[in-house]
Amino acid sequence: MEITRLTAVELGKKIQAKEISVREAVEASLDQIGRVETDINSYVTVDREGALKRAEQVQAQIDEGSLAGPLAGVPVAIKDNMCIKGMLTTCSSKMLYNFRPAFTAEAVVNLEKAGAVILGKTNMDEFAMGSTTETSYFGETKNPWDLRHVPGGSSGGSCAAVAAEECFFALGSDTGGSIRQPSSFCGVVGMKPTYGTVSRYGLVAYGSSLDQIGPIAKDVTDCAAVLETIASHDRKDSTSVARSSYRFTDALKDDVKGMRIGIPKDYFGEGLDPEVRDCVLGAAKVLREKGADVEEFDLKLVQYAIPAYYVIASAEASSNLSRFDGVKYGYRTEHYEGLHNMYKKSRSEGFGAEVRRRIMLGSFVLSSGYYDAYYLKALRTKAMIKQAFDQAFERYDVILAPAAPTTAPELGKSLSDPLKMYLGDIYTVSVNLAGLPGITVPAGKDAKGLPIGVQLIGDCFREDQIIRAAYTFERTREYERPQIAKEGK
Amino acid sequence: MAKQYETVIGLEVHVELATKTKIFCSCSTEFGGAPNTHTCPVCTGMPGSLPVLNKQVVEYAAAIALATNCEITKVCKFDRKNYFYPDNPQNYQISQLYLPIARNGFVEIEAGDKKKKVRIHEMHMEEDAGKLIHDEWDDTSLVDYNRSGVPLVEIVSEPDMRSADEVIAYLEKLRMIIQYLGASDCKLQEGSMRADVNLSVREMGSDSFGTRTEMKNLNSFKAIARAIDGERQRQIDLLEEGKPVIQETRRWDDNKESSHAMRSKEDAQDYRYFPEPDLVPIVISDEWIEEIRARQPELRTEKLERYRREFDIPEYDAQIITASKKMADLFEAASAICRKPKKVSNWLMVETLRLLKERGMEPEDLHFSPENLAKLVELTEAGTINSSVAKEVFEKIFDEDIDPDRYVEEKGLKTVNDEGALLETVQRVIAENPQSVADYRSGKEKAIGFLVGQTMKATKGKADPGMVNRMLREMLAS
Amino acid sequence: MANQISDETIEYVGILAKLELSGEEKESARRDMEKMLDYIDTLNELDTDGVEPMSHVFPVNNVFREDVASNADNSEDTLANAPLRKGQSFVVPKTIG
Repeated sequence: MEITRLTAVELGKKIQAKEISVREAVEASLDQIGRVETDINSYVTVDREGALKRAEQVQAQIDEGSLAGPLAGVPVAIKDNMCIKGMLTTCSSKMLYNFRPAFTAEAVVNLEKAGAVILGKTNMDEFAMGSTTETSYFGETKNPWDLRHVPGGSSGGSCAAVAAEECFFALGSDTGGSIRQPSSFCGVVGMKPTYGTVSRYGLVAYGSSLDQIGPIAKDVTDCAAVLETIASHDRKDSTSVARSSYRFTDALKDDVKGMRIGIPKDYFGEGLDPEVRDCVLGAAKVLREKGADVEEFDLKLVQYAIPAYYVIASAEASSNLSRFDGVKYGYRTEHYEGLHNMYKKSRSEGFGAEVRRRIMLGSFVLSSGYYDAYYLKALRTKAMIKQAFDQAFERYDVILAPAAPTTAPELGKSLSDPLKMYLGDIYTVSVNLAGLPGITVPAGKDAKGLPIGVQLIGDCFREDQIIRAAYTFERTREYERPQIAKEGK
Repeated sequence: MAKQYETVIGLEVHVELATKTKIFCSCSTEFGGAPNTHTCPVCTGMPGSLPVLNKQVVEYAAAIALATNCEITKVCKFDRKNYFYPDNPQNYQISQLYLPIARNGFVEIEAGDKKKKVRIHEMHMEEDAGKLIHDEWDDTSLVDYNRSGVPLVEIVSEPDMRSADEVIAYLEKLRMIIQYLGASDCKLQEGSMRADVNLSVREMGSDSFGTRTEMKNLNSFKAIARAIDGERQRQIDLLEEGKPVIQETRRWDDNKESSHAMRSKEDAQDYRYFPEPDLVPIVISDEWIEEIRARQPELRTEKLERYRREFDIPEYDAQIITASKKMADLFEAASAICRKPKKVSNWLMVETLRLLKERGMEPEDLHFSPENLAKLVELTEAGTINSSVAKEVFEKIFDEDIDPDRYVEEKGLKTVNDEGALLETVQRVIAENPQSVADYRSGKEKAIGFLVGQTMKATKGKADPGMVNRMLREMLAS
Repeated sequence: MANQISDETIEYVGILAKLELSGEEKESARRDMEKMLDYIDTLNELDTDGVEPMSHVFPVNNVFREDVASNADNSEDTLANAPLRKGQSFVVPKTIG
């Protein structure tokens, strides 16, 4: 049996049924990593010994009956901006090239409690700033569907690892689309929950008011099961929300009859690749055939989401990343004269170009004389965007949209024009501004054979709606695996 | 004719709150401890850590706000103040700028014989920074985050003070209020109360303000008074020379009795405040305010009123004792045990004040227990020890909080009031001092005092002088 | 309405952000920022009068901890990643001259 092709939940069942041992599962993932990692570079750190040791412990607990959850014994990869006690946590930055945290992120703790086995840490855009995973200090990750293309970003390592079957599922983080866009590019399912659903404790912050951790997996069932495991009301995160129910798998129903689905006309205009457009509208058609009421509407304010997002995210990032100064952890420059020179040299050498660019922009928009014009203006725009979504959700249960204007671009083609790269976030950032849940599900491929995902957006705390729509849609298609997952390159 | 200048002073007072834990994490706020032993990911700015607000901080801050007549902000929020410095582990301080917890208060002060109001502009909650220890040998500084994250309230006054005396009176008033609330011990030396002085001068009669400077590093009332005088003179000298006063922050060096500007090209003083995204707003309902108000302990004015009703002690004593919460607590507790408030008050007013002065201490530094003071009162009242022994014992209580019962027992300090035991000594004194005996018998009343003194000396002070007096008179009369 | 960012501004923001940019980097930072700000200025088309700035999406408030000390001595964890330490303290270049 080809273990790695299983979904997380399928594997979990076979482990409970003693058809597959945890060690076999972990070894299967490690073998696959050994086969494809030199080509794909999904991981920053692979913890072979730790994973094998953990496999024994988990197996013992399963055997004695104390671990019976769906993810017990299932190997997982964690984006490298989530702290794991004692394990290298770099945020793919030179700044944290040697950083080993003293505590584990709450979402990861929840996974550990459920018996998932951590394989290692995945590559990402440096400090989650980027859309291609090319800004990593540890080299770019490549798209498992075509090694000449990027996997998207910033959770590119996690998405590529799932697509290439180097793990059974992964955690990513999404500040402006960083789970949904690479999931679309890699042909996997990725979900950003409602803000406050998964604790941010232990997630190295980029834009604190926008960041959410979420699952990346082969199918919607896995995503729901993982979300059910990692979501919690955490007293250590003041922005964590107590949800009335965490039973996300209850929404896995093949039924959208009467579901009201809105398609924002403003998302299908200029800039959207025709192949992507046709594929996404095709998905809408499928859902209509399954009984949903699908109609177009004007969402409004779409063009203001990116500028508002970049002001808010950069401002928060400039402050969040000021702690990296060469004093307490991470990189300190070798030669310096005095304190301020030490700060400047450590930070300039430790951060890459994109991170420096956003810190500069964020510092500027908060500086004396500009705060009102830029920062407050952006917060007001955010309020209006939230209001536009509130109005839309009075009429619709789910909003259906592309996840990105194109399929995965070729390596090396994006970073030279930052503004153009930012524009690629057009369909994802407003979801973060409004705190909404969103999921990307594979919907097809372009002529080059690169995956296209469809994004389903729900109202706050209504993951159940998008899970149901995504599940129903998914049931109409076969899951497609890239060639590299099947036999290596 | 020389110009007359007026000094205009406003204060920013930082007070460390008396919580058990830090403002955003569960680390202890206890003083001392080896460097970085009271730290965790939150108060050392570790990546991924998040702050969670200590409820007690809000309650103390609100209590101070109520006691200083402030309006409580119903929805207040935290902001980040961004600046790089190694004592600030995140390189931003979580503070309040846009919606501080309270505004528009005042306290009444008495300076000289004038009463005046000093208005409070606003009051906000924030976190303290760590400590930097400068290593002179290798040109480095050592960073200790034990104090990082200790809760502070910053109280910003209006520029309502005109002299060092008024500033001291304002600080003493604030300190008394806060100590009464139990919200802080407000020790300037230890840094649990710190004041930054904003000062400008203007020509007498002018109604516009001059350019102000801010002075930091003032850690005693004396340093504050000296810094105010020094800065006033520096600014007047500049103006007299036709030079401008520059708006800047200056660091006071109390040893050199001068200040220097803390400016540098790298300190842009542009703090880029923005709402703290990791903390949610604090909504302070009327009910909560009433709860805090109801829990408010008796403040000084009420206490003074009660002392007048309940205790038969002089008004002056009541004033002095209630001026310090610590002193008042000692007084009430000791009086409750021995039921002799007047005697307790005497010990506090005479010997305690004398020793405080001698030792250079503040009333808040008192550390003896009311039980031991009460025992001492009982020992003297019962005549077990005489007054000179009692003073000696009290000093021991003051310094070491000894148990006077045991101490008197161990040192054999009990008054000898057994006539049989004294008889021999008295007889010997009479025999050894025939001249004084003769003087007494010839009507020189004063001679008896000498004989009493000799007897006391012979008993090493332990005899009851009254009894000695009576015995001598009886024996010499026969 | 194109934004013009002066060299002084780039220098100043560099001081705020503690970033040291070489001549070439300064030039590209200036260009990037001008371009971004021009784009951000499109927000000015939007009438936001009377709209309350929204920093938190959900009306969650009063999240507190009780004042109970539970952290033990974590100094070794605190110092474990220090680039430079002396005994129990972090070491930085001298802060006061």
